[in-house]
Amino acid sequence: MFYVRMFFQYVAQYMKIRLQYRADLVVEILSDLLFQAVNLVFILVVFGHTQLLSGWTRDEIIFIYGFFLIPFALFSSFFNIWDFNDRYVVKGEFDRILTRPIHSLFQIILERMELESLFGVITGLSVMFYAGGRLDITFEWYEPVLFILFVIGGALVYAGIFIALASIGFWSDAKTSIMPMMYNIGNYGRYPVDIYNKVIRFVLTWILPFAFVGVYPSAFFLEKTEWYPYSFLTPFVGIGFFIFSIVLWNEGVKRYRGAGN
Amino acid sequence: MAKYIEMIRIRFLMMLAYRTNYYSGILIYSINIGAYYFLWQAIYGEKQDIEGLSIIQMTTYVAVSWMARAFYFNNIDREIAQEIKEGKVAVEFIRPYNYLGMKTMQGLGEGVFRLLFFSFPGMIIVSLIFPLQFGTGLDTLGLFAISILFSFIINTQINLLTGITTFFLFNNDGLIRAKRVVIDLFSGLLLPIHFFPLWAQNVMGYLPFQSISYVPSMIFTNGFTTSESFNAILMQGVWSLILLIPIKILWVMAKKQMIIQGG
Repeated sequence: MFYVRMFFQYVAQYMKIRLQYRADLVVEILSDLLFQAVNLVFILVVFGHTQLLSGWTRDEIIFIYGFFLIPFALFSSFFNIWDFNDRYVVKGEFDRILTRPIHSLFQIILERMELESLFGVITGLSVMFYAGGRLDITFEWYEPVLFILFVIGGALVYAGIFIALASIGFWSDAKTSIMPMMYNIGNYGRYPVDIYNKVIRFVLTWILPFAFVGVYPSAFFLEKTEWYPYSFLTPFVGIGFFIFSIVLWNEGVKRYRGAGN
Repeated sequence: MAKYIEMIRIRFLMMLAYRTNYYSGILIYSINIGAYYFLWQAIYGEKQDIEGLSIIQMTTYVAVSWMARAFYFNNIDREIAQEIKEGKVAVEFIRPYNYLGMKTMQGLGEGVFRLLFFSFPGMIIVSLIFPLQFGTGLDTLGLFAISILFSFIINTQINLLTGITTFFLFNNDGLIRAKRVVIDLFSGLLLPIHFFPLWAQNVMGYLPFQSISYVPSMIFTNGFTTSESFNAILMQGVWSLILLIPIKILWVMAKKQMIIQGG
């Protein structure tokens, strides 16, 4: 209960801060939209030159992209920890976090929220409905429930991978640029994994399971029966990776010695 | 002049101190190129060529574009914004050099470093993994070298413009992010310009962006004939002159209405 109350207090505080610099907020949302549009333009232009991508149609790829945007928006709103190492470990900010009465990771999540990224959910839904309409996808009554489960699973996959990477910062305080690399690899999951070779497919499924953020869960709604087992695994993979990353984080916190001032 | 060359040298040495970042940089770019390699393989499928580029030319195009980006890409827009926000720019004004010129030279130092320690080794690694085809002949290489220098100038000019807007907007992180995305798409980094529908190509013809990435990459992959290359480089020259005008105007305006926030 205490955690929930803390969360909403931070959200309220966040809104006050953001609404003070409204122009800035608008530009930020617009630049997010632009970023999403660029990816969409890429898909559209590519499909101006080809009909199928390993058997997947243009609208199916767009649908996957739309789906991907939703867990990704949740992830980027709440797990904005890509500069964790610099910001908290190298500068010694983590000392302050440890004095707070809530779990250290939760405290960081509260501090680093970027709620405007949630607009990605709206973009994602619009893209999905556009593509879904053209594909004549019909929704059964239980599908919204599965959709929510898959979205949460996907967001947890992203969160798990990035928390695990941030935890590495407790062991080595060298400045690394693994995080931006992961953002690039995350993009692989947006395309049907059958276009990649076996090694990459394996990595994207079991080691850095980005495929569970885009193509696998979408395959269910696109009625690609051969991928169903993977689709249904989505929430479990998400929860599994998330728990793994929390354990890693807790281990890391024990090793934290403090730095800076 | 000597002091500007010194600036290039200092920045180069600074980059040398943070070498580990560039080992991982090579890895990032290789992975990125790898992703596009598979994607384009799937897009080409059975096709021999799309819009006159074969699959090998396309892969080379992607690799060269990203490696060239290491040279022309720099963060001076962010640096200028930071220095304005912190008020440091006030001190910069009393120093005996032209602030924008100095920033450009720092960007060049960074670019030369990345070219030597990043693009060249990266290109060798990438060409071992993926089938690439290099435009043989010194004339191609020469034209490419001239063209990539213009890419740096034009991209830096756009960065300076974005940086100067901090004087008017105070916080322009969003704008900087947006600019980056626009350049990636409209410069031809992600997609060759002639893949776009005709109307879009026409619009982009009036914009300076394709001079940044499309021109050098097309020259390198032999996608341009010699006369097309000369024309494109001429256009790059024209753009780098045109862009001086808004920089000059904005800079004068900025100095007049400068507010130092702290410092």
